Amino acid sequence: MSRLSLHNVTVRLGHRNVIDNISLDIGAGEFVGLLGPNGAGKSTLLRTIMQELAHEGRIAIDGRPVAGMTAAERALQLAYLPQARNIAWPISVAEVVALGRLPRSRPFASPTPADQTAVAEAMARMDITGLADRPATELSGGETARVLIARLLAQETPIVIADEPAAGLDPSHQITLVETFADLARSGRTVIASLHELPLAARWCRRIILISNGRVVADGIPAEVITGDNLSQTYGIEAMLTSDTRGLIVAPTGLARKKAQAPED
Amino acid sequence: MTAPVPYTLLIGMLSALVGLLFAGSLLTGPAAIGFTDSLIALVSGQSSDAVVLVMREIRLPRAILGLMIGASLGLTGAALQGYLRNPLAEPALLGISASASLGAVLAIYTGLAAILPLSLPILALLAAIIAVFVVRLLAGSRSDVATLILAGVAVTSFAGAMTALALNLSPNPFAALEIVFWMLGSLADRSMADVWLASPFMLAGWMMIAGLGRALDALTLGEATARSLGIRLDRVQALAVFGTAVSVGAATSVSGAIGFIGLIVPHLMRPLVGARPSRLLLASALAGAAMLLAADIAVRLISPDTDLKIGVLTALVGAPFFLWLIIKTRRSVL
Repeated sequence: MSRLSLHNVTVRLGHRNVIDNISLDIGAGEFVGLLGPNGAGKSTLLRTIMQELAHEGRIAIDGRPVAGMTAAERALQLAYLPQARNIAWPISVAEVVALGRLPRSRPFASPTPADQTAVAEAMARMDITGLADRPATELSGGETARVLIARLLAQETPIVIADEPAAGLDPSHQITLVETFADLARSGRTVIASLHELPLAARWCRRIILISNGRVVADGIPAEVITGDNLSQTYGIEAMLTSDTRGLIVAPTGLARKKAQAPED
Repeated sequence: MTAPVPYTLLIGMLSALVGLLFAGSLLTGPAAIGFTDSLIALVSGQSSDAVVLVMREIRLPRAILGLMIGASLGLTGAALQGYLRNPLAEPALLGISASASLGAVLAIYTGLAAILPLSLPILALLAAIIAVFVVRLLAGSRSDVATLILAGVAVTSFAGAMTALALNLSPNPFAALEIVFWMLGSLADRSMADVWLASPFMLAGWMMIAGLGRALDALTLGEATARSLGIRLDRVQALAVFGTAVSVGAATSVSGAIGFIGLIVPHLMRPLVGARPSRLLLASALAGAAMLLAADIAVRLISPDTDLKIGVLTALVGAPFFLWLIIKTRRSVL
């Protein structure tokens, strides 16, 4: 049975279907890269899985409808990193990361050893241990992103959903991020991340779902999905594609030239 | 930000301060009553009738109301700033204070307050509760923060306009003066009846807000993250808004509108608790109580002869202080 399944999911905004009848089965241990141009519906799809948006169709975790779960039950299954990276108050970095433990803690209880370990590990993973006591509002954009990713990891849920987690990170931290996600997948957890960084997605994701105009255009291993045709049709770009022993290498080279459209019959 | 003072020590110090100021409030007043006399009169009632009367019927209710109203303003200010993630939020923002004032003004305007003194706080409280239902209705079921604030602004303006109308049409200058004086905010000449009327509502409001700490902490990272952490935001909004309405509505109904405490106290306490919204709640409640008790002692000491209104003092001291706070925060950010 798949870990996360979407069945005929549609989201309407006015008369437009921003998510148009998407069905997906995502298994345990998969690291899925969700690709697509701006406005394709990536964030909308992730927010729909998080029950942030009204939708038609069925979303289930291990066969159980997500809509029927309580907020507390959902928080033990799904961890979510939204695109907006706001931190309202100057609480410490360690306190931000520790918020990831909130679904497992009782009100007014002190952190358990498991909580402390999870927070320390998540901070070490994202290379922010040295920032632990700093006010979280006084960090650079990339540091803030890493703090919020550590918060996501500390929740230790079977499914991790991240909306553009790599945005704003320097190359070494981008690689740290995708390697962390790949490690989570190897340990049997499921990661779904929307990404604009094609080279990262091509090399580290085991599965790519390419969406455009609210529909799934292609779904499969990177080499099947990230093709010259798919890139020019969805993103309107051209790219050099090669591969080495460790996987696919993508290098965008320019905008796609408009081809004369073949007459339709 | 890590807190400069351990949290339990801070709470202990604030509690001690509130205790001292509460005692100070009991000992302050035009009647010269010695320290031991006043305590004996208060506790055992064994003193001259006049002293017992002053202590039990004048100073005790005043001190209790100062403590409870100050705590309500500090607590709700901290809760609303945390819920709305906006350092400028205060209890008056949701239209509760303005509506409670309108209710009280109507009681004075119609002459009902003169016949039945308790009708004033009762009408004020009712108006506050109606206002919060209207605000929630206007804000809609999506419980969106921006709409909630706009609805609060609309209700505040409407209540303000109705109050102005009552002043405009007031039957005689004395009624108008009474309305204006009432709106300035005061704890003078309140009775135990006011305490019995307002305190259950204030306590109920505190209970609703007391459990919000975790949700407010989670909201530091925005609504989507808070929901993903298992926080039910519809419930949080209902508790924050109704908790504020009943406690501040009850506070305003007996004291009139006392500004700036709900705004300033959370700002003062935030650096001391490491900015964490859950820890800010209790600290702000205690600091609010301390601040209003101190202000109420100050108005009696500054001008023992004229009745200087406490709302005037808090605004007079509060506004420049707030300005200073803004300049200071801007410097530390830049």
